[in-house]
Formats: sequence, C-alpha cells, structure tokens
Amino acid sequence: MIASDAGRAAGLLFVTAILQVSVFNSISIFGGRPDVLLVTLIALSLLRGSIFGAVGGFFVGLLIDTATLETMGVNALLFTLAGYWTGRYGETTGRGRHAPLLAVGVVTVLYSLAALLLRFMIGESDSARVVLLDALPPSLLFNLLLAVPLFSFCRWVLEVGRETEPVREVRLLE
Amino acid sequence: MLGVLVVFSLLLITVYFRESDGGALHDVQGAGATVLRPFEVAATRVAAPFQDLYDYVSGLVGAKSDRDRLRAENQRLRQQVIELQSADQLNKSLQAALNYVTGRRFPQDYKPVTAAIVSKPPSQFEQQVVIAAGRADGIRDDDPVVTAAGLVGKVTKVVGHEAQVTLLTDEDSAVSAIDLHTRAEGIVKHGHGPGQTLFLDQVPKSEHVAQGDRIVTSGWHSGSLSSIYPFGIAIGRVTSVSFQSTELYASVQIEPYVDFSSLDSVIVLVAKPSAEKTKR
Repeated sequence: MIASDAGRAAGLLFVTAILQVSVFNSISIFGGRPDVLLVTLIALSLLRGSIFGAVGGFFVGLLIDTATLETMGVNALLFTLAGYWTGRYGETTGRGRHAPLLAVGVVTVLYSLAALLLRFMIGESDSARVVLLDALPPSLLFNLLLAVPLFSFCRWVLEVGRETEPVREVRLLE
Repeated sequence: MLGVLVVFSLLLITVYFRESDGGALHDVQGAGATVLRPFEVAATRVAAPFQDLYDYVSGLVGAKSDRDRLRAENQRLRQQVIELQSADQLNKSLQAALNYVTGRRFPQDYKPVTAAIVSKPPSQFEQQVVIAAGRADGIRDDDPVVTAAGLVGKVTKVVGHEAQVTLLTDEDSAVSAIDLHTRAEGIVKHGHGPGQTLFLDQVPKSEHVAQGDRIVTSGWHSGSLSSIYPFGIAIGRVTSVSFQSTELYASVQIEPYVDFSSLDSVIVLVAKPSAEKTKR
C-alpha cells in the first residue's frame, strides 16, 4: 500500500471517528445506533487488507478511548481485532459482491459480544439482554444499510485521482 | 503485528486500570482529549443544522399532544407559583425564628459552570458524555450536573480542561430521591432496558406514590456524611405505580424531565467554599 493511499485511509478514519463521537453517537432510532466508524473500518480493511485493518483499528480505537475518556485500550483492542479479521476475510474468501454485507453483519455481532465480555471483565458490566436483544438488532440493521454505500464511498476515496499506468510489458514467470 | 497490537492494548487496559486518576496514562489521555476538542467542536457545528432538522422533524410527531399537555401544565403551574410564593415567605420567617441550620442549598450555594458537550458515549451502553470544562474551571469528582430541566448526573472523571459526566441513565447511577407530594423516599435508578425511563426503587408499598407526582433529589445528611446532590433538584414525574405481591417494594416508573438524547450543554454545580454549612 503506497503512502498516499494509507494517508487517505487514515484521514478518512480520523474524520469518521470525530464524527462518530460528536455527532452519530447522539442518534438513536428504535433503540439502535448506526456505528459509522465500525462500518468504515470494515470497508477499508476489506479494501486494504489485514495489516491496515489491525493498525488502523488500533489507532482509531485509541482515538475513541481518548476522546471519550473511556478506559484506554478497550476500543483499541476491539477495533484491532475487527480490522484484522475483516482484512483477512478480504484477503482470502471475501471478494464477492456480498462481502461487505457479510463482513458488516458478522463483525457487528462479534463486536457487540466482545465488547460485552471485555466490559464485564473490567467491571463495567452491562445487561446482556439489553445489549444482545434490545439494541443489537436495530444497530445491525442500520450497519447493514450503511455497508454498501460506505464501502462504495471508501473505494471512491481511495481510488479518486489515482493514475493507472498502462501496462508496458508482460513478463512470464518460469 | 496483530499480536503486538493486542498485547499493547491489553497492557494499556491494565496500566490504566491500575493507576490512579492522576497517573501518567490519565494525563496523556487528558492532553489527547484537549487536542481533539477543536475537531469535535468543529464537527458538532458542521452537523448542527442537520441535527436541528432531525430534532425538528422528530419533534413534529408529538407536537400537538405536547402543546395541549403543556398548556394545561402551564395553567396548573401558575396557580402553584402563587401558592409557593406565600409558602416561601412563611418558610423563611419560620426558619429565621427557629435559627434553623441547613446543609448546602440549591442553587444559591453553588457556582454554576456551563459547559458544552464535546463527545457523546461511544456506544449506547455507556452513558457518559465528555464536557468542555475541567479541573481548571474548578470542577471536581462527584460534582452534580444539571440542565434547566433537571438533574443530568454527576462528574466521574476530571482532567485539565475536560470532564466526564455519568448520566442518570447509566446502570451504575443511583440518586436518593423524594416524592414532593407524599415525602416517600427512594433511590432513582435506570431500568435494565434501553430508553430513558427511570425507576424509584426501595419505596415501601405503604407509601401512596401516585401518577403525576414530582420526584426531586432528597439531599440527605447523616452525621458527617451527606449526599453529593443537594435537596430539590428536579428529576422527573411519576408515570406509573404498580405493586406485585412477590415484591417488597412498589414499582415506581419515572419519566425524567431532562431529555438525555438531545443534550448539547450542561451546568456543573460547583460548591462554593463558604457553603459547607450554612446557618440561616
């Protein structure tokens, strides 16, 4: 991944993280909340692989922990794992048309479960019924609705202005 | 790479968890939050027109019924103001005659520090917001936080120029409260569910709490101990009371006066130093 590409992806994650903590977190519809940051991270990880997913997830999680004065490292750990898993999925089997939807669906559910477990372990327990039954279904629906448009947007951001050089020669490998 | 990041995250959690509020990692977090604040403020300002539009449209749904309810309430409150003004005069003269000693009084014994909310909770299960005022503004841990409508919560973490406020809707929040009509005391908590509904817990079934009663902070004192909330901060209105034969206490549901979903700014009540104990 070239430097400008990484810069664009990092910039997009930074802007999304700021918008998530200051704007999107106050939007609640039917008890659910769209997690634009998680969906953006998933889209970028699918497009740019597991290393970018893990590193981007770590730093954006750290940013969220800092901005919200939450326990440092909690969101960093969750986003690292989410980014890495999605990146690996994109590098292996997740290349079809439905990959963004599938990745967003699976990661949203696993992220909620992992967040519940981690928060329980550090003594900030939440009601599992509320997390898994009341809030997860609408949040999952919102994230799935966001998956395709955000995936297209991320791909556009990463590819806009990039010059594609014509192939001059082809070397056959022996 | 993954292993390094995971280990580093776990290390951060461990160190952060074990160190005190004045620890190095907390200081770094405070400095980082200060650096991020202009970006958050800018994002909030850019999104404000859209958020206003969303609030306007969602407000239209119940606007007509709200108007009728508020008209009726306004009429009732006007009558109450007249009654309360005469009761206040009588109260003052009686307290003066008895040399009555009170604790901190709300709002006169507190300095209000108004602060904008710069970041909302990262997930709906964390009911904490970050405000743009901190230790430098005199804010301390456990300071009560209100709006013009009523009680919002309390300060749970303070750094240089920012503070974290845990809302009343957090599962760990609990406030001693009293029914103004019946004087029934209980503890206001958030129920195990989404939304803003609160419950007045520990109210014996013998107390006749009724729908429409107003609940305020009780501001108790016991020896040298006292509630962090002064008496009289409005919390909410009783919306339903039910009794179950298997339960010791009544189930009292409260609708808070504060709309926690659209908080933009709050007022932190910083106790005036001279108001530790006031004699009237």
